Amino acid sequence: MTPQLAIFFVLAALAVIGALNLIIQRHPIHSALSLIVVMIALAGLYLLMGSEFVAAVQIIVYGGAIMVLFVFVIMLLNAGVEERTNVSKLAGVAGIPLAVALLGFLAAAIARSNESAQAGLQSGALANTKEISTMLFKDFVYPFELTSFLILVAILGAIVLAQREKS
Amino acid sequence: MVPTSYYLILSAVLFGLGVVAFVFKRNVITIFMSIELMLNAVNLAFVAFSQARHQSDGQVFVLFVIVVAAAEAAVGLGIIILTARNRQSLNVERVDLLKL
Amino acid sequence: MNSLLAANASLIIAFVKIALLLFIVLTVNAYLTWFERKVVAHMQSRWGPHRVGPHGLLQPLADGAKFLLKEDPTPAGVDKFTYFLAPLMALALALTSIAIIPFGPDPLPWTFWGQKVYLGIADLNIGILALFAITALSVYGVALAGWSSNSKYPLLGGLRSSAQMVSYELSLTMSVVGVLLLAGSFNLRDIINAQAHHPERGIFGWNVWPQILGFFCFFVAAVAETNRVPFDLPEAESELVAGFHTEYASFKFAMFFIAEYTSMITVSCLCTIMFFGGWLSPFPASWTFTHYLPSVILIPFGLWVIWDGIRYETIFGKLILPGVGTAMTAIGAALILFPAVNDFIQGPFWLLGKIFVFLFVYVWMRGTLPRFRYDQLMAFGWKLLLPVSIANVVITAFVMLLRGAK
Repeated sequence: MTPQLAIFFVLAALAVIGALNLIIQRHPIHSALSLIVVMIALAGLYLLMGSEFVAAVQIIVYGGAIMVLFVFVIMLLNAGVEERTNVSKLAGVAGIPLAVALLGFLAAAIARSNESAQAGLQSGALANTKEISTMLFKDFVYPFELTSFLILVAILGAIVLAQREKS
Repeated sequence: MVPTSYYLILSAVLFGLGVVAFVFKRNVITIFMSIELMLNAVNLAFVAFSQARHQSDGQVFVLFVIVVAAAEAAVGLGIIILTARNRQSLNVERVDLLKL
Repeated sequence: MNSLLAANASLIIAFVKIALLLFIVLTVNAYLTWFERKVVAHMQSRWGPHRVGPHGLLQPLADGAKFLLKEDPTPAGVDKFTYFLAPLMALALALTSIAIIPFGPDPLPWTFWGQKVYLGIADLNIGILALFAITALSVYGVALAGWSSNSKYPLLGGLRSSAQMVSYELSLTMSVVGVLLLAGSFNLRDIINAQAHHPERGIFGWNVWPQILGFFCFFVAAVAETNRVPFDLPEAESELVAGFHTEYASFKFAMFFIAEYTSMITVSCLCTIMFFGGWLSPFPASWTFTHYLPSVILIPFGLWVIWDGIRYETIFGKLILPGVGTAMTAIGAALILFPAVNDFIQGPFWLLGKIFVFLFVYVWMRGTLPRFRYDQLMAFGWKLLLPVSIANVVITAFVMLLRGAK
């Protein structure tokens, strides 16, 4: 059990527990906090894989901006605890074993595929950011400019949607 | 080193949990959060493949996914705020008719 | 036993460094509150704390005892998990950011079990980005504190404060991009070393001269991020009782307090490292006689403390102050006698000196400036600061392109 494998299991367990907590919790703010835990665990996994730029961007953008937006909206709408629903018990009783069986099948299929089991080490830490930026600004410059346009459209859309009605 | 298949299995598990949350939860904001969970699981798969093949394409695509998720969250939450104001409820089971 | 220590040497050294740094940061926090109260008081022509211990130096201890012993009520109707999580999150994030800062260029002159000990816990290749990640997450401490308190004023204060923090975060990150372009790396040590390319320029080789616009944007945005005057409307007493930490009592309030002062210290460290040369001396490198400056400052100051202590009114002061003064004089003399230690101490001395200057500027602003109104604050952040920092990036990139730098 190398240290990397140990860290992987810790972070993976954290991510899965966070995702389970998202389902189990009844108040949306607790689900939001669990999702933040999942994102931080995933950022740790990206760091473990050597992609530190993506890890930092994940925490800054996803954890520090998108989830803040979610938390603001939950506070603004004063979302309360969810009510009990009348979903049939059969769905839970028959569904969970089926889901586990499907997942096991999927996992076995992935584990048997001939992806190389040994992933090599990163060549250099700065090389990661430099590589990404070179690729982003040379090969993918057109999608990059399109995403800036997309963000502008999203900002305008959000402003228009959240306006008060002029009565 | 951690084998790539471990990351892919974790990604599949997280995606599955996202689908379960999407189907079973009734608060529209929680459903939206489960979409973000699914996107995160896919990001993990992208980065795992990018590391396995020693190319940065996967990581660049992850940046694009994050940006699109941000734009979608902004507009989606705006729509949710409007719907909640009109129907006075965040329960998706009450938003199943076009008529108020 | 010895072989077990030798095998895990780097881990043990890291633990010892973390414990030592935590202790030092918390002590500096405590005495920063003393410093702030004294300086603001003297600016307002009064004395500040001067009863508890000589010159009020034991006031932080009294405050700490008060925080620990006061009753800690939990209001009714709060969301218990979030109520307890918010100050914990704020404090943990603020203290984590200190781990990334390098405090000196050279390792210690002694090696432990064959390991060199560098001053600084983690030397990350994405140093600046990690600090921004921590800043981004600290919005949650404020927002969740305001919401979970189940009360009007904290909710308003929390929402306003987190909206302010999110808005100024953008200008903060954009204003740093100019420095990153000049240095070519996110690593904090590389940023300082990039300012040391021309050691004979001394103070004129620092990043603040080419990046003066970026420095002002960064400093203003950082003051807004840490919710200090003039941007502290969300926690001002006359406006919103105490803002997002109204419903928090003794120890949890102390956690928010420590988090705020620690982020002040972190921002001062960042300003120093990115714009003012970090541990580089302002004098040209050929002026080696300036290496005696720490001793030249310590010895007369120590002698003055001894003289002031002998004439102090209380007996406690008559005992403590001369002791402190003697220690300072002894350290100053030791630095002259041991040149190896003197060379090692140069880097940290300049870094700590510059951090102290920035902390003084923070406290100075607290004592003199009025605060912004909330809509003025938001308009300033979005309509002035963000375009200026983006313009700084464009201008820097243009000049670098014309100069032909790679």
